[in-house]
Amino acid sequence: MDVVELSRLQFALTAMYHFLFVPLTLGLSVILAVMESIYVTTGRTIWRDMVKFWGTLFGINFAMGVATGITMEFQFGTNWAYYSHYVGDVFGAPLAIEGIVAFFLEATFVGLFFFGWERLSRVQHLIVTALLALGTNLSALWILIANGWMQYPVGAKFNLATMRMEVTDFAAVVFNPVAQDKFVHTVSACYVVGSMFVLSISAFYLLRGRHRGLAIRSMTVAASFGLASALSVVVLGDESGYTAGLNQKMKIAAIEADWETEPAPAAFNLIALPDETAHANSFAIRIPWVLGIIDTRSIDTKVPGIKQLVEVAAKRIRSGMIAYGAIPELRAHPDDPALRKNFDDHVADLGYALLLKKFTPDPAHATDAQIEAASWYTVPAVTALFWSFHVMVGLGLYFIALFAAMFYLASARRLERYRAVLWVCLWSLPLPWLAAELGWYVAEGGRQPWTIDGVLPTFLSASSVSASNVWLSLSAFVIFYSALAVVDAVLMVRTVRIGPAPSHAPLAASSGPIVKTA
Amino acid sequence: MLDYETLRVIWWALLGVLLIGIAVMDGFDLGSAILLPIVGRSDMERRIVINTVGPVWEGNQVWLILGGGAIFAAWPLLYAVAFSGFYLAMLLLLLSLILRPVGFKFRSKLQGTRWRNVWDGALFIGGLVPALVYGVAFGNALQGVPFRFDDTLRMTYEGSLFDLFNPFALLCALVSVAMIVMHGATWLSIKTEAPVRNRARRAAAVAGVVLIVLFLAGGVWAGHIDGYAIGHFAGTNAPSNPLAKQVTRAAGHLLVNYRAYPWMLAAPIMGLAAAGWSLLLSLMKRATVAAFVGSGIASAAVIATAGLSLFPFLLPSSADPGSSLTVWDASSSETTLGVMLAVTVVFLPIVMIYTGWVYRVLRGPVTAASIEKDPHSAY
Repeated sequence: MDVVELSRLQFALTAMYHFLFVPLTLGLSVILAVMESIYVTTGRTIWRDMVKFWGTLFGINFAMGVATGITMEFQFGTNWAYYSHYVGDVFGAPLAIEGIVAFFLEATFVGLFFFGWERLSRVQHLIVTALLALGTNLSALWILIANGWMQYPVGAKFNLATMRMEVTDFAAVVFNPVAQDKFVHTVSACYVVGSMFVLSISAFYLLRGRHRGLAIRSMTVAASFGLASALSVVVLGDESGYTAGLNQKMKIAAIEADWETEPAPAAFNLIALPDETAHANSFAIRIPWVLGIIDTRSIDTKVPGIKQLVEVAAKRIRSGMIAYGAIPELRAHPDDPALRKNFDDHVADLGYALLLKKFTPDPAHATDAQIEAASWYTVPAVTALFWSFHVMVGLGLYFIALFAAMFYLASARRLERYRAVLWVCLWSLPLPWLAAELGWYVAEGGRQPWTIDGVLPTFLSASSVSASNVWLSLSAFVIFYSALAVVDAVLMVRTVRIGPAPSHAPLAASSGPIVKTA
Repeated sequence: MLDYETLRVIWWALLGVLLIGIAVMDGFDLGSAILLPIVGRSDMERRIVINTVGPVWEGNQVWLILGGGAIFAAWPLLYAVAFSGFYLAMLLLLLSLILRPVGFKFRSKLQGTRWRNVWDGALFIGGLVPALVYGVAFGNALQGVPFRFDDTLRMTYEGSLFDLFNPFALLCALVSVAMIVMHGATWLSIKTEAPVRNRARRAAAVAGVVLIVLFLAGGVWAGHIDGYAIGHFAGTNAPSNPLAKQVTRAAGHLLVNYRAYPWMLAAPIMGLAAAGWSLLLSLMKRATVAAFVGSGIASAAVIATAGLSLFPFLLPSSADPGSSLTVWDASSSETTLGVMLAVTVVFLPIVMIYTGWVYRVLRGPVTAASIEKDPHSAY
């Protein structure tokens, strides 16, 4: 593998690993704030015990989130140096703002959350917990503003003098509609993860007849919060499908495996077996109208297929070649207005000309065959995207059903009646993580071959480091992370087995057996 | 409004503020971790040391995270060149930093001696390696590092990991470790009681002496290594493109700024004076808070000295001096610098206010009794 592939693999692995912990931090922080609010308003100590118990698990997870997050902040520089230069003027700002506005808040108050119980009044401690939750959510907002710009690079322009993208409208970067939709969709998914975590472990306690008071209350919170979040994920996921349809038409076409442009309103491929060499599906089950409505909010707008989008890409490559070819002339005659105008007219497609560097050292004079090859290169991995997306959506619908059922049972006070349902809750534990990771694959894999959609190809973004160095770092991260994952899992399971600290669980409206602790 | 040149100088100063923030805030918890095996002889003593920083280290480390983010946003070329150029050194830094959150959190979750010793070791490494890498990075920045750009500003780096560990860089690494250990030791003498406190004071005094001697040695040495000077260049308000200038390289250039602007000598002098004052207080077993302030000022002044010696360079190139990164050609656009400055002016004071409140809530020494009172929350 070359440096680009290795760096992609390393980024994908470290990011996906980081995102095992991030959603639980986000989801649990809000659930902790909800539980503590109930404690402060009702004064019932079992709610404080719940905050402390779930807080212990939160803390173990938080440490892993921080440990894996550091890598992300530095990895753009270490492995994606050209990317960092090319878009740092735009992309760096939300990352830095995340640090100063959000992560400071989160990290400063997380210590006080654990160490402040004896030093703060109830209300003060609640404020600390709430600020912690606020910090984690703001953190997600700024990271997703950064990521949203990679999907939909608004408010910036290429500057020939500095050979990079520069901000022209910072407000457009912040209020990027793609970023806003991604934020709501992603944090809702994180709340589903947190809710499922609480739901599953509570189900485990109810199945064992332990800590019933804590488990039933926790489950009620998780079911309500989980239902609202699961609805929000799907509804706003649909919204993000709509905004993605505005700019990332290729991603939409790929996740739907639509090779041809459909007459409006487009049908939805429920199941498809894409054949990526023949550029067609060898098998498909289709539902009429659905796709057109999701993507265009209308029944008379066409949804373009992959083949048509490849033709669009070819046009943009030809346009980009003009801008690319103008660069040396402009350097020689920087004040020539005709040259400048020609460049400005085509600079929006400069990124498409850069794609040609994969096929020829001289993009300005690419052959028709090279342009054809580069235009097909804009098609991402259709089969993998189609299935990732469809499994993710299926899981999203499943979460709505499960949380709705649990919400009903909690309202009817029948949470303990059906053991089979509790088993389902327990075994559903890993599913929201699976959905979240698939979602990131769809978002990032669907953007390929670009790091910045339409602006900078992935294969040009990497650092000029040696493949052996990246092998070394990749192996080191895999070894470190695997070892820590085992330790993390052991401590989590152990904490769950021990259950809430005995000193805090005297009233335990539970009739279950008293638990020994180490 | 501020012009581009002014914004660049402000962001150069803010880069210094962030690096000083790392050294002063994260420095004492790194230093405490390095001192863990030295001042903590029993499990409970080590637990005391860990719990002095346990509730606050996470917030302190955000200075480092913010430092990374702010360099990315304000000095993207510096971020790209330094982080990819120092690839394996960065890997060492990251791996050691990964050990810290888990070390703090996991260590006291189980009772076993071997378990706890492993995590104590991890915390020690997580303190020592970053301190070394920071120093090595400064040492190499002062000498220049071998990189060059092509006309698309793609950077190639021509050195190896072992080149980074050259004699001058190693001296800087030791300065960095001494400074961080001293700062950790003065922190521990505030937050602990005897016998840990007595050991911490001795460590502070030793580290203070080492810091003063090595810092002076570094100053003398710096006069004999090659520094850099800008010749013809596009101007302080020109677009950021490092290829539009000429740079000469000669011995003694690192001290030129101090001859041209003698007021800059305040930085090294203050570094020596604050270190000396702090070490005397530790020796006399007095005024622990003042000793901590002293080691903090010393850390800030050492970093300021390095920055002022380099100015206007951020990272000179030894392979192709014309590719060197300077304040005038490696910054973000005027818009980005302006927006980021506004964000910083609003939020940095807010961060300082709530951080101050957290430290106030947590004031007072950590003792065996205070840990045993709440063993489940304590680390």
